[in-house]
Amino acid sequence: MIEPTAERPHPSIRTYLMVGAVLAVITAVEIAVFYITAFARFLAPTLIVLSIAKFSLVVMFFMHLRFDHRIFRWLFVGPLAIAVGVVLALVALFVTG
Amino acid sequence: MAEGLATAHAEPTSTGLDHRKMGFWAFLGSECMFFGSLIATYMAFKGRSASGPQPHEILNIPLTSISTFVLLMSSLLMVLALAAVQRGDRLGMKLWLFGTPFFGAIFLGFQVYEFVTFVEEGLTLQVNLFGGSFFVLTGFHGAHVSVGVIWLLTLWVMALRNRLTPRDATLVEIAGLYWHFVDIVWIVIFTFVYLLQ
Repeated sequence: MIEPTAERPHPSIRTYLMVGAVLAVITAVEIAVFYITAFARFLAPTLIVLSIAKFSLVVMFFMHLRFDHRIFRWLFVGPLAIAVGVVLALVALFVTG
Repeated sequence: MAEGLATAHAEPTSTGLDHRKMGFWAFLGSECMFFGSLIATYMAFKGRSASGPQPHEILNIPLTSISTFVLLMSSLLMVLALAAVQRGDRLGMKLWLFGTPFFGAIFLGFQVYEFVTFVEEGLTLQVNLFGGSFFVLTGFHGAHVSVGVIWLLTLWVMALRNRLTPRDATLVEIAGLYWHFVDIVWIVIFTFVYLLQ
């Protein structure tokens, strides 16, 4: 039997609204960064970091992975790691090949 | 409290966790690998199209930025719908369970417009590697959004008929997991396909 106490209460409406606002702001920043030529050199790392931030916020707060049982986290993060590995391996193969 | 009621509605399991939710997270894990392979294919083929339209010539960033924002906000409406169901707030669940698929349908409208425009401009599945990998990736995502819209509309009809109670919160939560998943897939697609050309 898995520890039933591992799940915590879901966030409040206020938290959901704050996360929604942060997601909107990050999207606006992404678009701004895309158009500002001064950022061209750092475009890829900046956009990747912003994308990871948005992805994490949705997964942790909207999908409740931060609050639910950790077994759900592993069910998702395990295959996600494989998927990221496949992307990196294929890109490395084709870029260097 | 609502979670407790939802759990009481479910069958007892050896893990003590709701087996529907457990199964659905496993399904989302498999979906990660599915979309991971499509994104990997797109990335591997990037910049290898010998002819036909190239990404920087054809992708419409302002339009896609609006559709991205719409899909993100639909995720916000989805959690508000879940919270309303958990509270037993009938007006809230009807409103947000309609708003979420409505925003999803707007996103699909943008995607249909984009696809039609691209085909008119000469980008098709067969024309080059970019066209093939782009339409397969975004097309599969669009198909997932379509399934989500239908799923959420059925929940909305249930809410209209007063057949959604706090005991059914897990049903809405699982639909929400699916909806948020298509949102996070789009977050990745928007960055790697549209912004990093």
